[in-house]
Amino acid sequence: MGLRWRKPKSVNEGGMGYLETRSARLLTVYLPLGTFLFVLLFPFYWMTVTTFKGKDELYDYSRFNPFWPTHPTLENIKKLFFDTQYPLWLWNTMLVSFISTFVSLSCSVLAAYAIERLRFKGSRYIGMSIFLAYLIPPSILFIPLATLVFKLGIFDTRLALILTYPTFLIPFCTWLLMGYFRTIPFELEECALIDGATRLQILVKIILPLAVPGLISAGIFAFTLSWNEFIYALTFISSSEVKTVPVGVLTELVEGDVYHWGSLMAGALCGSLPVAILYSFFVEHYVAGMTGAVKE
Amino acid sequence: MIPAAAILLFFLTYPLGLGVWLGLTDTKLGRPGVFIGLENFRSLLDDDVFRLAVFNTMLYTAVACALKLVLGLWLALLLNRNIAFKAAIRAVMLLPFIAPTVLTALVFWWLYDPQFSIISWSLQKVGIIDSYIDFLGNPNAARASLIAANVWRGIPFVAISLLAGLQTIPVTLYEAATLDGASRWKMFRHVTYPLLTPIIAVVMTFSVLFTFTDFQLVYAITRGGPLNATHLMATLSFQRAIAGGQLSEGAAISTLMIPFLLAAILFSFFGLQRRRWQQGGRDE
Repeated sequence: MGLRWRKPKSVNEGGMGYLETRSARLLTVYLPLGTFLFVLLFPFYWMTVTTFKGKDELYDYSRFNPFWPTHPTLENIKKLFFDTQYPLWLWNTMLVSFISTFVSLSCSVLAAYAIERLRFKGSRYIGMSIFLAYLIPPSILFIPLATLVFKLGIFDTRLALILTYPTFLIPFCTWLLMGYFRTIPFELEECALIDGATRLQILVKIILPLAVPGLISAGIFAFTLSWNEFIYALTFISSSEVKTVPVGVLTELVEGDVYHWGSLMAGALCGSLPVAILYSFFVEHYVAGMTGAVKE
Repeated sequence: MIPAAAILLFFLTYPLGLGVWLGLTDTKLGRPGVFIGLENFRSLLDDDVFRLAVFNTMLYTAVACALKLVLGLWLALLLNRNIAFKAAIRAVMLLPFIAPTVLTALVFWWLYDPQFSIISWSLQKVGIIDSYIDFLGNPNAARASLIAANVWRGIPFVAISLLAGLQTIPVTLYEAATLDGASRWKMFRHVTYPLLTPIIAVVMTFSVLFTFTDFQLVYAITRGGPLNATHLMATLSFQRAIAGGQLSEGAAISTLMIPFLLAAILFSFFGLQRRRWQQGGRDE
């Protein structure tokens, strides 16, 4: 028992981890790691605690312990859902995110497959330009897009967002799926071709089932990206009924000089929860999507 | 399959074409669109607010990215060790990255509140400071606060990407280094760092790109204030174009961001090239 710490602890440390004493390990690994975690998670904790605090408690740090709601209340959440248009914003965000993710994903599948497998002339260059398109940030595109949206007559509608979100989602998804399709062996397709399958049949019956993990990664990532999108929604939408959560919370709940931090934090919490829950189910896919986008 | 390629081409050229189109609109004025040459750019160059915004953007990008790299790398190295609850820690750590930026920015705004900041309160209780910190009141403090919020959001991305890179480094190299008597620092300097540089290059390109074009954090926390002191190029272009109605001026500011963007992309390209070369080199 006393010798247990001498066992090689990790492959990553080259099997040499046992050379370290326990206290040194505590100081060099767990202490900094704990600090990192504390700093990274504290804002979320603070957001949650503020959400459940009553008005009297919110600004009174001397009588109440600020780090814990003494009398937890749902007042803020109630106010958010019944006195503001928050439920509508949630619905808008959900709708826009779902549709634009779906549209982008279906376009990306076709595009990625075409680039990776059809090997037409210049497919390499198109692959390269997709990557470049992925690097163009929305904060450069929002002004010309705004004039375009205005000309199309879809200003201040959800359609404006559904149509503009794919501009950053498609390059991203295509790039991710291209990397994924590359890992699927060619031989499978050759067999199918010999058996007389068309390209479309191959795509639907062979490639897509094999690419499910990649599709999930791309889908989740795209959904989160559109859920978090801000600048387009801020620019293209002006009526409260069609706003998305981030824009609605920032432009409608912040009024005058008095900030209602309770309901603001409740808005932030309820707006973050859906993506957090989605993320918790697909952590590995998410990480794969993130690192995959950087790697290629 | 050709229709697929057509869809692709359409959706690909769509944003790209818009970028080009933007480059053309900056010479026209607002809605009527009269050609006025380089007038916008000339007036911008004499504009103190714009020059300050450029300075802010550079400062913001340089400081935030440097911090993100150092802290992110440190975190990645910590996570790469054999620790308890590794998967759980890694999963939880990503939260700042996945939560909507604007909403977390609101939390930071609340944390930076001049009267009720919990940071000030705690520091005062512990006895480190005498009076509350005015996080957003004066230009330098506001810049530092924004950078802190940006770093907070960026660390997980850098850390997770670098962690993926760290895991590809063969263990045998560390074993050999240990037998040769290398210290932990030497191992990092001569084994980990050289093998990680290609990934660092790519990750940092992304990081620089997103920080340089950042909009949400600044817009949500300070709106460019106090007195335009914390405007970035992106927020200034929004203020001029949408809030102020000067579309052309905003577009000109965006256009001036493009050269930097190209530089970042080229950097990324060479980073990728070097990686390929290194992989080829390792096969020898």
